[in-house]
Amino acid sequence: MAKQNKVHEPPFHIVKRPAIARWKALLIRAVAILAALAVSSLVLFVLTKKSPLEAMKLVYEASFGAYNKSSELGFFAQILTGRKFWAMLQELSMLLVIGLAVTPAFKMKYWNLGAQGQVLFGGLCSVAVMFYLNKGYWETHKWLVVVLMLAAAMVGGVVWAVIPAIFKARWNTNESLFTLMMNYIAIQLVSCMINVWVPTGSSVMGVVNQTTQIGWMPTMVFPESWGMSPSAKNYFFNIIIVVLLTVVMYVYLRYSKHGYELSVVGESVNTANYIGINVKKVIIRTLVFSGLLCGVSGFLLVSGTDHSITTGLDRGYGFTAIIVAWLAKFNPLMMVLTSFLIVFLDKGASDIAMNMGFNESVGEIISGIIILFIIGCEFFINYRIVKTHREG
Amino acid sequence: MSTPAIALKNITKTFGQIVANKNINLSVDAGEIVALLGENGSGKTTLMNMISGIYFPDEGQIFINGEEVVIKSPKDAFKHGIGMIHQHFKLVELFSAAENVALGLQEKGKYDIRQVSAKVREITERYGFDIDPEKKIYEMSVSEKQTVEIIKVLYRGANILILDEPTAVLTPQETQKLFAVLRKMKQDGKSIIIITHKLHEVLAISDNVAVLRKGQYIGTVKTSDTNESQLTEMMVGKKIDLNIERSEPELSTDRLIVRGVDITNHDGVKVLDDVSFTAKSGEILGIAGIAGSGQKELLEAIAGLQKLDGGEIGYVNPATGVEEDLRNKTPMQIRELGVRLSFVPEDRLGMGLVGNMDIIDNMMLRSYKKGKSVFVERKGPRELADKVISDLEVVTPGPTTPVRRLSGGNVQKVLVGREIASAPTVLMAAYPVRGLDINSSYAIYNLLNDQKKNGVAVIFVGEDLDVLIELCDRILVLCAGRVTGILDGRTADKSEIGMLMTKQTGGKNDGKTE
Repeated sequence: MAKQNKVHEPPFHIVKRPAIARWKALLIRAVAILAALAVSSLVLFVLTKKSPLEAMKLVYEASFGAYNKSSELGFFAQILTGRKFWAMLQELSMLLVIGLAVTPAFKMKYWNLGAQGQVLFGGLCSVAVMFYLNKGYWETHKWLVVVLMLAAAMVGGVVWAVIPAIFKARWNTNESLFTLMMNYIAIQLVSCMINVWVPTGSSVMGVVNQTTQIGWMPTMVFPESWGMSPSAKNYFFNIIIVVLLTVVMYVYLRYSKHGYELSVVGESVNTANYIGINVKKVIIRTLVFSGLLCGVSGFLLVSGTDHSITTGLDRGYGFTAIIVAWLAKFNPLMMVLTSFLIVFLDKGASDIAMNMGFNESVGEIISGIIILFIIGCEFFINYRIVKTHREG
Repeated sequence: MSTPAIALKNITKTFGQIVANKNINLSVDAGEIVALLGENGSGKTTLMNMISGIYFPDEGQIFINGEEVVIKSPKDAFKHGIGMIHQHFKLVELFSAAENVALGLQEKGKYDIRQVSAKVREITERYGFDIDPEKKIYEMSVSEKQTVEIIKVLYRGANILILDEPTAVLTPQETQKLFAVLRKMKQDGKSIIIITHKLHEVLAISDNVAVLRKGQYIGTVKTSDTNESQLTEMMVGKKIDLNIERSEPELSTDRLIVRGVDITNHDGVKVLDDVSFTAKSGEILGIAGIAGSGQKELLEAIAGLQKLDGGEIGYVNPATGVEEDLRNKTPMQIRELGVRLSFVPEDRLGMGLVGNMDIIDNMMLRSYKKGKSVFVERKGPRELADKVISDLEVVTPGPTTPVRRLSGGNVQKVLVGREIASAPTVLMAAYPVRGLDINSSYAIYNLLNDQKKNGVAVIFVGEDLDVLIELCDRILVLCAGRVTGILDGRTADKSEIGMLMTKQTGGKNDGKTE
């Protein structure tokens, strides 16, 4: 038809998908990750002129360690006993536990941006116990110090989380701003207390109780013949605790009455009121729980990892955890995968930067590219692009 | 034959697997009114959205005055003289009618509101509208707002007007006025497409009726050659009995007593003013009124969701005969008193149900608290979900489908099913058939009737007066938060209810009378 040419029509348009098969969604995500790797390899190649394969190898080795052909240990045994693998698991656990902590609040559509502050304040309370209870009676009751540290951290986390929650429930204040500002208070409090505790004025709190190891998380004892790396021993209990918390959170959200109530509040406050849920109570209760877990995270970082405190105790995970939770659609089991992905990329990127003589920024560019692809692919899961054709 | 003003050829639109429109053909001549008839989900709105540039068709062609056109955006639609009047008004409340008309105009020269007003006045006179261009939108009634929407598209030179369910919000009298205006526009050579559910209106106003069913084009018939039952058959695909049964109430006793209830909303406006009535067991009490006359607040007050400023709400316990005070109690406290009150709210997915949760979890809303366990028990709700799905013939892939994926009628069945599952003694339903197709509507009427026979006091807020008159034993009419009459459903007639719906009770209504 001659007329047809005169008429301009868009070459394609966007159509919302009704529901997508699970395998299709997975396929789209897999393609996104491959595309992300391709693009980041390209960037690396342009910057370093080194083969992308070499870069990929570095990324892999950052989390799983280099394979030593001459060793008598097999491939998997090398990974399982190696330092890198356990260090990766430790970081994964710390990111995951903070992710778990923010999840119930986010599921309730309470935008808690204050995990950083809650972890820091919990950690600060924990470190205070460790700092003061290190003599006499406590030297013979080390386990009690650890328990008290955990309790103190929990109280600290709860206090920091519940203050904004009360304001939200009572006066409907904006929780994002409130929690964000609480972060700054916590950071300054930590700096302040370090200066109080460290009279030299160096503003650096060294390792607390270095020799007595009071308040340190116990190390795991593996049979000598296994040849486990020290990382495995040091971090084993941290990791186990986080595994347990993951299961607990999964059950809480999915099978408990509390979990059900908070999802109803998150989906629709109107519906919650309609069936008689006390919305204020649910908000406060959920944030108590959320703060409790942030406190535990602070405790694990102090007692099980750093044995000290800095303003960077949370390693920026207070915010990264939000990505972890969102990407996993607030499913704690999926969060294991998403936090692995982020830690894996992070470690890889910083190793690349180090090995090739770049600063951290290159690493951040690479993780940025990859996260962009992962989040961006959600668009293709929800929509598809259709070529326009009019005469069928 | 002359060239039609607008013609659609083989229009197809799909959303994922769902075919919303398949090979639709439709043409409207200048000076013709075509009614587009179809049940919910039959694709009427999708089709109109493609004409007005909101969606883009996957396949097919659109011709305006014989020329093929491509409509990519609402702007393109305007360029071709197509104007759509949506069901939900898109007006700035603080602006006057003329200012709203001027909004978004891209005329050259200085902004001159007086000129706009003058032109609005000219349009008003030509078609017999009744409106003051200087009046602010927030001071207007629903029908005036609709008038502004119509003037807006006429001002922009629309020759083809599409009205999406324009009478849903109007009283019978206002509907007559609108029809008079439409007839004048028709004489003026405009082409009008009107979407509606109400068959008697189709017969009253249109020249031709185009019928859609499940996205398919069924056919076009001349209005003068057809009747209600033929149209229903085309719409539904089978013959339907259009009578609603109404049994005599048995052993009626007072169940819910409302005395002098006052409610003031956030803006300090009195939304309920001295409302008193009694709902009796075993009868259906209808509540009629223009949308926003206080129906929502009244039901929410009874359900414990609104604070009263005055008055009392009493519930007579059928077991003991003792009157319980429900005033200012929360829904939980009301339930703890042993009051079995069920409420089907107007906002189904925003209040009655959680759209993103599946049917089982929605069933659980009412029952999850039971028992001392910290864990929810999903076995009972699962059985209830299966029962509701089979008893009420809910069309769903299964009980684990999120309710937002269901069609309007099925969503409503899930909600009503849950609410009657708890064997209520009072059942309140606000606009329970809004947006439902004929089959689902009758299914809901039957459910309400069954409850009535079981001795439940049913309160039914409706908008279709024909239905209210056929279904209800008594009809309470609300106007601006006041009860203007309680009529017997067996003797009430439509124009009488219509009068009461707009009846201004002088003096007390702070000068709003006009």
